[in-house]
Amino acid sequence: MPAPPVWDVRLRRQLRQADSRFDLDLAFSSDAARVVLFGPSGAGKTQALRLIAGIARPDDGRVAVVGRVLYDRAAGVSLSAPQRRLATMFQDYALFPHLTVRQNVAYAVQPGWRNPSRRLRDPKAESWIERFGLQPVAEHYPHQLSGGQRQRTALARALVTEPAALLLDEPFAALDRGLRRQLRAELLQLQQALHLPMLLITHDEEDLEVLAEQVVELSAGKRVLRDPADARAAMLR
Amino acid sequence: MGDAWIALSLTLKVAGWATALNLLMGVGVGFAMARLRFPGRDLLDALLTLPMVMPPTVLGYYLLVLIGSQGVIGAWLLQHFGIRLIFTWQAAVIAATIVSFPLVFKAARAAFETVDPQLEDAARTLGSGEWAVFFRVSLPLAWRGILAGLLLAFARALGEFGATLMVAGSIRGKTQTLSIAVYEAVQAGQDDTANFLVAVTSITCIAVLLSAGRLVPGRVAARA
Repeated sequence: MPAPPVWDVRLRRQLRQADSRFDLDLAFSSDAARVVLFGPSGAGKTQALRLIAGIARPDDGRVAVVGRVLYDRAAGVSLSAPQRRLATMFQDYALFPHLTVRQNVAYAVQPGWRNPSRRLRDPKAESWIERFGLQPVAEHYPHQLSGGQRQRTALARALVTEPAALLLDEPFAALDRGLRRQLRAELLQLQQALHLPMLLITHDEEDLEVLAEQVVELSAGKRVLRDPADARAAMLR
Repeated sequence: MGDAWIALSLTLKVAGWATALNLLMGVGVGFAMARLRFPGRDLLDALLTLPMVMPPTVLGYYLLVLIGSQGVIGAWLLQHFGIRLIFTWQAAVIAATIVSFPLVFKAARAAFETVDPQLEDAARTLGSGEWAVFFRVSLPLAWRGILAGLLLAFARALGEFGATLMVAGSIRGKTQTLSIAVYEAVQAGQDDTANFLVAVTSITCIAVLLSAGRLVPGRVAARA
């Protein structure tokens, strides 16, 4: 039996925006570890990511990641977001403002209704804090961090969950150019070291160039599959 | 003057219970109204805010119709459980709760609406179920605004007069709260008693406000 594809996504959902209404219609199947969902703003990229992450509900479709079915309308399967084990990094990182860096990173370590204590030293969380060089700011709150530190904290918080895959929504948009280049390289290294499937949303051509193994282009909700070179060429036209 | 202390402890008991009930109901309803979209939401919001704008005596009348011995709920309670609510301190708690409910509910709704829903989504992707999201993210971030509403509600419950008088009456040592005792003392021309009660009430209110001021900013500064 052939190995299942890494990404197997077929989603349909009607979206209503301020002045328009369109069908988000996304379907791709890919063996690439790094897929970039690319398109102009307003094309429904963030919505697509929310549907895959299980935060929003599609009208129809099927989502499987490395053979694990997360959603299948026809079969009546719909895992909740907590069950999907897809680490998601939001565009402005969505760090918890009432928790320190250490508590943010350790969030998923502690199940139940209480947040990790400020004194908690969890080996898994600590190893990510160390790996991302966050020890000096571990006791700081998110508003005291630089853009790069925020991004690393969000990434560490997501990776502590030992996710099945990593979803990233415009992970570098909030950073300046120099930092963007550095963090992009870091992310690539990390993905290769962890062998973690990654789906990244962007409208930045440099993200495509460095990170994409496969590009899924989304324009006004419809998708076009291309290889990265074609996508860049199409954009430069 | 012993009566004044009984009235004070009764008043604190009634306001405390009313505030505790509103902590549960106001926060629950406020959260639901901030997060759920359903038809008739605006109408429901208006109905829930009504106790704030209606004269307390009108509320008291409605309550009599409901929990009075001939009332819809009152008659049922009396018949099946032998419970007579009217003219008890529990009736005073019901009156104070309803009168101060909109203060907690409004504050809680506004506070929950300032919490970025994306933070709740982030918590879900990190493995939290809905209750965990509420207790770990939504509530801590809205807590400051809710606390402000609770303090106002406690103060409002302390001073409640009209609805309380109608459903709980003015039974000395049993249902006579401070504000009612002041009224009775003035009516009876007992100036000494009135002065003393007014002084006790004023000091209590100042103590509540001071401890509130101490409680709120400290906790928030540590987190902000």
